[in-house]
Amino acid sequence: MDKRIATLTEAVADIPDGATVMIGGFGGSGAPIELMHALIDRFLATGSPKNLTIINNNAGNGHVGIAALIEQGLVSKMVCSFPRSADPRVFTERYLAGEIELELVPQGTLAERIRAGGAGIPAFYTPTSYGTDLAKGKPVAEFDGRPYVQERWLKADFALIKAETGDAHGNLTYRMAARNFSPIMAMAAAKTVVQVSQAVDAGGIDPEAVITPGIFVDAVVEVRDPQQEEALNRAEAHYPGAQ
Amino acid sequence: MTTKLTNAQIAWRAAQDITDGAYVNLGIGFPEMVAKFQPEGREAIFHTENGVLGFGQAPAAGEEDWDLINAGKKAITLKPGAAFFHHADSFAMVRGGHLDVAILGAYEVAETGDLANWSTGPKGVPAVGGAMDLVHGAKRVAVITDHVTKDGKPKLVERCSLPLTGVGCVTRVYTSLAVVDIENGHFVLREKLAALSLEDIQAQTGAKLHLDGQPADLIVPEL
Repeated sequence: MDKRIATLTEAVADIPDGATVMIGGFGGSGAPIELMHALIDRFLATGSPKNLTIINNNAGNGHVGIAALIEQGLVSKMVCSFPRSADPRVFTERYLAGEIELELVPQGTLAERIRAGGAGIPAFYTPTSYGTDLAKGKPVAEFDGRPYVQERWLKADFALIKAETGDAHGNLTYRMAARNFSPIMAMAAAKTVVQVSQAVDAGGIDPEAVITPGIFVDAVVEVRDPQQEEALNRAEAHYPGAQ
Repeated sequence: MTTKLTNAQIAWRAAQDITDGAYVNLGIGFPEMVAKFQPEGREAIFHTENGVLGFGQAPAAGEEDWDLINAGKKAITLKPGAAFFHHADSFAMVRGGHLDVAILGAYEVAETGDLANWSTGPKGVPAVGGAMDLVHGAKRVAVITDHVTKDGKPKLVERCSLPLTGVGCVTRVYTSLAVVDIENGHFVLREKLAALSLEDIQAQTGAKLHLDGQPADLIVPEL
């Protein structure tokens, strides 16, 4: 078994039009910039994939990563908790123009819906959002005298995530707070594609240190010295750059 | 005589109620200031939604590592004993009742404990983040806020007019004028600035302030 693949192009080659794609990261930390930009390259060359539903905590910042996916026209819907950032103009303009759909989900509910999707649990109850606008239309039940809102699992066709080290079996470690949603997204997607700073042979990661077991991972592509969204935005980067 | 606490003084007052060893989540923005005023000899462990327990101050400019940020997307540092975890674990800490206190900002707080702090209405792009989760998990949910809005309207009200973040969740409010508890659907005035009369404070509050003994004088620290 070897889940390592050679190129970013190959890594994003089979994402079809209309796919639901979970993208790891919280703000810039853990954002798989190179995988996202490879997807844009494919779209600009072939016109596909388009009409994507993207699941992430945010809705992009500046003109790289998720913001670039939206700006270049790949995205028709965002599922997120906080579609604001230092520079949210790309999403904001499309949203206010009615060109992109938004499903707003409280952050902990978003995480738990993804976890439930990965764990085969179709619905669960949470106190979060009870009595608020975000609970409208959802079933409510009382447990031990307290009201809870029913939420459904969230699954995806693909997850694109970033990890620190990945081995041939797809076992992963992460770097600091870049972990965030990635381990649960890896569980909840039919196909999980990971960019890692270092790809190693099986045995190259201490089993005690594995955070995401390889069973949740389908493909690993090495991207040494990956770009940081925050650094790109501070440099006012656009993707693709000026032609 | 002080007739209004500064934001730093409100944050200082809130910090006095955080006990040694408490696990604490501070909302983005003004509440983050509470971390600066931990009383001598007490250590609180700060939680951030994106998967860190035990973070410290911001790093010096140029020393940022953008894999190490807080929920406000600002660079942070780690203290000895820090831990990383994924988002579902992070919100298990929140919803599972493992945090001792969450301190949040507010647009409005009602005498019922209802909180409105995520949306000012239907205009623009809605964004909620972790606020709706935090109000239902921490053992104690406190609010720090100016007593009134910028144009002088009460923020402590009978019923919230803005979209709710949570129902019946807030138990204490630290304001620029007072410390107010929420008990059995009532505001109870615990502390107030000595320079202001009960009537002065009531006039700036949108619901009845109840008394449970004489309110203490609010300390005005020199910061």
